[in-house]
Amino acid sequence: MTTTQFPIAADTDESAPSVFDRLHEWVVTVDHKQLGIMYILFSLVFLVIGGIEATMIRLQLALPDNHVVSAQAFNTLFTMHGTTMVFLVGMPILAGFANYLIPLQIGTRDLAFPRLNAFAFWITCFGGLLLYSSFLTAPALFGGAPAPDVGWFGYAPLTEPTYSRGNATDYWIIGLIITGFGSIAGAVNIATTILTMRTKGMTLGRMPLFTWITLVVQSMILVAVSPLTASLILLLLDRSLGAHFFDTQAGGSAVLWQHFFWVFGHPEVYVLILPGFGFLSEIIPVFSRKVIFGYPVMVAATVAIGFISLGVWAHHMFSVGMSPAANTFFAVSTGLVAVPTGIKLFNWIGTMWGGRIQLKTPMLFAIAVLVQFLIAGITGVMLSVAPFDWQLTDTYFVVAHFHFVLVGSLLFAIFAAVYYWYPKATGRMLSERLGKWHFWLFLIGFNLTFIPQHFAGMLGMPRRVYTFLPERGLEIWNLVSSLGVAFQVAGVACFAWNLIRSYRRGVVAANDPWDAWTLEWATSSPPPAYNFAQLPVVRSARPLWDLKHPEDPDWHYE
Amino acid sequence: MTAIPMLQPTTPWTLPRRGPVGMLFFILAESAIFAVFVAAYLFYIGRSLSGPTPREVLQFPVAMTLCLLSSSLTIHLAVRALRSGATGKFLRYWVATILLGAGFLAGTAREWHELIVEHHLTISTNLFGSTYYALVGLHASHVIAGMTMLLIVAALGLTGRVRPVHVERTDVISMYWHFVDVVWIVVVTVVYVIGR
Repeated sequence: MTTTQFPIAADTDESAPSVFDRLHEWVVTVDHKQLGIMYILFSLVFLVIGGIEATMIRLQLALPDNHVVSAQAFNTLFTMHGTTMVFLVGMPILAGFANYLIPLQIGTRDLAFPRLNAFAFWITCFGGLLLYSSFLTAPALFGGAPAPDVGWFGYAPLTEPTYSRGNATDYWIIGLIITGFGSIAGAVNIATTILTMRTKGMTLGRMPLFTWITLVVQSMILVAVSPLTASLILLLLDRSLGAHFFDTQAGGSAVLWQHFFWVFGHPEVYVLILPGFGFLSEIIPVFSRKVIFGYPVMVAATVAIGFISLGVWAHHMFSVGMSPAANTFFAVSTGLVAVPTGIKLFNWIGTMWGGRIQLKTPMLFAIAVLVQFLIAGITGVMLSVAPFDWQLTDTYFVVAHFHFVLVGSLLFAIFAAVYYWYPKATGRMLSERLGKWHFWLFLIGFNLTFIPQHFAGMLGMPRRVYTFLPERGLEIWNLVSSLGVAFQVAGVACFAWNLIRSYRRGVVAANDPWDAWTLEWATSSPPPAYNFAQLPVVRSARPLWDLKHPEDPDWHYE
Repeated sequence: MTAIPMLQPTTPWTLPRRGPVGMLFFILAESAIFAVFVAAYLFYIGRSLSGPTPREVLQFPVAMTLCLLSSSLTIHLAVRALRSGATGKFLRYWVATILLGAGFLAGTAREWHELIVEHHLTISTNLFGSTYYALVGLHASHVIAGMTMLLIVAALGLTGRVRPVHVERTDVISMYWHFVDVVWIVVVTVVYVIGR
C-alpha cells in the first residue's frame, strides 16, 4: 500500500525567515489552516484561564466556611468561568477545527470567503480580549464590580443598571456581541464552503460525517447565536440608553430575557457537543478498522438533533412558573432529543462491534466519551422530567450533568481530536506515552470532580453559592470534588508538555499515520498552502480507501 | 497522483455559486435577529405603564412604504439591465434605488423628529418607546448598511468600473436589499397595524 504523495513546492528561500516575518505572516494570513490553528491556540490559552478560574472555585468550595476568595470574587469567578468556557473556548476551538478540516475533507483549497474568515477570527479574538480587559479598567473608572458577576446567563433584572453598577456588565455584553459577530461570520463562511466548494463527485451523501455535522452546527449557529446578539443589544439599550426591555419597574419582563437567553442557550449546547460527535464519528471507525455503522442514520440523527434542539429551551425554566401545557411540551421535546442521540451512541458501538480496535490515545478518549456521555444523557433525561427538575434545578446535580456533557463528552472529544489531527497539522506525532498519562490522569480527575457533585446536588447543595455550612453531609463530596482538580491539572500539564515537546521532538508523522479514509490524509503532513496539487475526485464516502485499494474500492458497493 | 484520473465521475459537477449562498445564510442569521426584536415588540404591546400610546402618535407611513417597496423593483431592473450589458440603464436604475432609499430614511427621520419633539416619546419614555425605536431603528440601520453598499457600487459605476461580469456581486447586494424590504413589510405590520 503506497501513501498518496503530492508534489510539494520546494522551499525556495533557504535562509530562515526572521521572527518578525513569521509573526507578520500569521497576523495577515487568510489561509484556513493557519487561522484554524490560531483559533485553536487562542482557545487553549483561554482553556487554561477558565481552568484557573474553576480551580479557584473548587479551592473555595473544598471545605465548609472557607475563605479563599470573597463572595463577590466568587461571583466573578463562576461568571467568567462559564462565559470563558462557552464563548472563548468551546465556540472558537470548534470553529478552529472546522476551519482547519473542512476544506481538506471536502477537497478544496480554502474556505469560500478567506478574508471574511480572517475577520471572524480576529473579531472573536478581540471580543475575548475586550471581555477580559474588564479586569483592568472597570473598577478604576466607575466603581462597581471589577469584572462581570451576573452569571454567564446574565439573568434580568440583575443585569439592569439599578442592580449592576459600574461597567463590568457592559464589558460582558459588548464582548459577547463582538464574539457573536465572529461566530456568525464564521458560520456563514463554513456553511457556504460546504455547500459550494466540494470537490468533484463529493455529493452530500459522500461527505465525511464531521463535515455533515459541521454543516448542521453552522446552520444552528446562524439561528441560535443571532438571537443572543439581538437580546444583548436590547440589554445594552436598557443599560446605556435607558430603555425598559428587562426593567421590571417599568413593566419590562425578566422572564422574557430567560426565554431569549435560552432560545440561544439550549441550541448552543448542541452547537458545542455536536462537533464532538463529529470527531467521534471520524475517530471511532478508523481505530476500529471498520466503516461507520449506519452513515445515513447518523446524518438523519444529526439533522433531527438540530431541529429538535431549537424547541427545548424552556426546560431551563421549569421553576419559573410556566403553564402546565408549556412544561409538558418542553419536557416531552427534551426527552425526544434522547432518541437521535441514543441512535448515535448505538451506531458508534455498532462501529466498534467486531472491529479490530486499536487503543491509541485518540481512541481512548473517544471510548471515555461514550461512557461519560451516556451518564450525561441519563441525567439529562432525568432533568427533563419537570417535577424532578423542580427538586434539583439550580443544584450541583445540574452542574454535574452539564459538566459531563461539556467536559466529560466535549472536552474529551476535543482531546481525542487533537491527538488524532496533530500529526496532520504539525507533521509530528504526539507522544503516546504522555498521551496515556494525560488520558488516565484526566479521566480519574474528571470523574473524581464531577461524580460527587451529583450527590452533593441531590443532598440539596445549591449552585453559585460561595460557601456551605458544615454538618450537612456535603463536606466529603466537596472535598473529593476539589481533590479531583489536582488530577485534572496534572493531566492538562501532560497534555501541554506533549503539545510543546512533540512539536520539536515528536516522531515525524507520515502523511496518513492512522491509515484513515478521508481526504485530509491524502495530502502531506502538514499540508501545503494550496492543500492539494490536483483536486481529488471522489466516488464514495471513503475516497482515500478507494485510492489505496483500487482493486476493491468502496464505490463497488455503494 | 496516478490514481486520480481513474476516478472521473460520470455526471457533470456543478455546485451553487458561493455569493448567493453566503448571502442566504447571512439573511438567515439576520432573520433570527429581527425575530427577537419582533417578538419583544409583540410581547410588550399594550404593556406600557405610561403614555404616549401608539394609537396617539403613529401614522401609517404610506410614502415611506411606497419608496422602499418600489426600490426593490428598481434594483431588480438594475441587475437585469447589467446582466443584458446595458450599463447606462443599470446606473440609472441603481441611482433611482438610492434615491428611493434616501426617501425612506428621510421619512424615518421626519417621523422620529416628530415623535421626539412633539410627542416627547424617546427610547426611555415607556415600553412602547423602547420597543418602537429598537425595532424601527434596527431596520433603519439595515437600510443604512444597504445604502452604503449601493453608494459604493454607484461610485464605482459612475467611474465606469462596473461591467456585466460583476452582475453576480450586484445580485448579492440586491438580495440583501430585497431582504431589508421584506423585513419592512413585517415591521409595518407589527408596528403600524397590529401594534396600534
